[in-house]
Amino acid sequence: MTAVPLPYRVTAHRRETADTATLYLTPVREALPDFAPGQFAMVHCFGRGEIPVSVSSVQATGGLAHTVRAVGAVSAGLCAARAGDVVGLRGPYGTAWGLEAARGRDVIVVAGGIGLAPLRPLILQTVAAPEAYGRVSVLVGARTPADLVGREEIPRWPTAFTGVTVDRPDPGWHGDVGLVTALLDRAPFEAARTSAFVCGPEPMIRATARDLTGRGVAPERVRVSLERNMRCATGHCGHCQLGPLLLCRDGPVVGWDVVEDLLSVREL
Amino acid sequence: MTTTAPAAVLDRAGLDTLVTTLVAQGRTVIGPTVRDGAVVLAELSRGDQLPYGWGVELDAGRYRLVPRADGAAFAHSAGPQSWKNWLHPAHERLWSADRAPDGTPAYTTEPLDPPQYAFLGVRPCDLRAIAIQDRVLTGGAYEDSRYGARRRRALLIAVECTEPGGTCFCVSAGGGPAAGPGYDLALTEVLDGDGHRFLVRVGSEDGARLLEQVPHRAADPATEATARASVEAAAGRMGRALPEVDIRELLAASPDAERWNDVASRCLTCANCTMVCPTCFCTTTEEVTDLTGDHTERWQRWDSCFDLDFSHLHGGGPVRASARSRYRQWLTHKLSTWYDQFGSSGCVGCGRCIAWCPAGIDITEEVRAMDAERPVSHAGGTGEQ
Repeated sequence: MTAVPLPYRVTAHRRETADTATLYLTPVREALPDFAPGQFAMVHCFGRGEIPVSVSSVQATGGLAHTVRAVGAVSAGLCAARAGDVVGLRGPYGTAWGLEAARGRDVIVVAGGIGLAPLRPLILQTVAAPEAYGRVSVLVGARTPADLVGREEIPRWPTAFTGVTVDRPDPGWHGDVGLVTALLDRAPFEAARTSAFVCGPEPMIRATARDLTGRGVAPERVRVSLERNMRCATGHCGHCQLGPLLLCRDGPVVGWDVVEDLLSVREL
Repeated sequence: MTTTAPAAVLDRAGLDTLVTTLVAQGRTVIGPTVRDGAVVLAELSRGDQLPYGWGVELDAGRYRLVPRADGAAFAHSAGPQSWKNWLHPAHERLWSADRAPDGTPAYTTEPLDPPQYAFLGVRPCDLRAIAIQDRVLTGGAYEDSRYGARRRRALLIAVECTEPGGTCFCVSAGGGPAAGPGYDLALTEVLDGDGHRFLVRVGSEDGARLLEQVPHRAADPATEATARASVEAAAGRMGRALPEVDIRELLAASPDAERWNDVASRCLTCANCTMVCPTCFCTTTEEVTDLTGDHTERWQRWDSCFDLDFSHLHGGGPVRASARSRYRQWLTHKLSTWYDQFGSSGCVGCGRCIAWCPAGIDITEEVRAMDAERPVSHAGGTGEQ
């Protein structure tokens, strides 16, 4: 494992929303080991710094994509990168979604905002092998229609049910309005044989996991991806602690059975 | 590593020769010396720089040098620094990058050529602290290669503790004034009618080779007995103690304890405890560029969980905004979740955090208060195991 970033060239830049972009990346020379959906890279923006970003696309060619929302100096610099620019990547780090354990089961994917990005490669793997899974549902929530990541792509996924809802509609919005958890009523699944994958803001993760387990999905079958400040990604900087967990090492993807109690403690 | 080399005795001149021999071998010798009103750790070139004739007086928020009539060199307990200042320095460059005219950065790892340290006067508590940092920084899936390189080259000369301070509690933290494993040589200072001398035990091949180059004599039963007796006596003279309860379980069950509010009203969140703690390892990173904009460097520096920015999430602010949550994070991590993360407690009982806290917060007293409150917090239900 390399301690310094490897240069990756931006082959395409896709604007997702006003503040979010997806960078498609290919190694300039040497490639990092393969990423599994759910894992993350430390992405270096020259002269600004490094941030952890989950992979939003993994390709057999070694190509990757990262979807970044401009919320700070580094992420704004990355969002401004254009095709031909070079960024640095370290990784892969952390735990994966663990889609293998969902084989033969109904699959529910619940995303809030940019939380769809880390789930995207998982969704693509699931819908590419329909014989391997039961009914697949994708539930997406966003603050407003303009904040919806993957708006063109979502309707094309061949799922048993796809629902999209927004908190605040605009005049052109004819879809659902409200919490993403309200879409669960329409998703076809048999709780006892369902695996769920959830990513989004922490309140949304808590509400979704509680609804899913309340309907009978086993807590360990609800896998959530969490975010904390990270500086090193190798378990040495101490920033990503959540109680007993180091989220760069024990996460970012963890079972709800492991984190339910931890996330119920304020400011842990 | 154990060796069968017999124990030996050095006199004061022998200890002086030990220091000059290490220097002559090209080692950077770090040991205790008196400076700025404290026994600090600093680079030594001669044995007479050791704090002969100085002791310390320690209490919560208090550290004073006191002269000693007996001329002892190692009759002081932990000072403001620890060995992490050298093994895990406060500020270091990780890598740099230069951007070619076509915009492609070339990343360069910082070269690894650390000094060959010899640490003289490593207390048994600090020997354990080094082993704990070894597990954190080199024992996981990834090794901190800079720490690892410095550590593997370092020679550790422990000095057993015969004069515990008022803030010491190593025995109740699972250690003791006797040196545990990990040393190359272990000294025990002996001062009696037969003179000022140091019992030497050998812990490694490197230690045995070093001892061969220093004038010494075979250990006599009287010196060994006196050394043993003063270390055993020290175990009973600790200034403080952690309560004898399952502290790991106690703190895991106490996230909602009322005591956190009490300690938060006294804690200045100044981070002193984390800076002086010999096991606190947290760091942050900084990007530093030059004026051309084509050269950038990645620096690592110590960070503290007491800093508001430590848990900052862009778009969400700090996870731990209150002083209460930050003190809780430090204490709970140190004494409880450290087990989950790294397989042991993070506390060795050196007492530095008590002495150097400007508010005089005492970790042993906080744990005792937490234990006293326990039935109440259980009734409230915490949801944690």
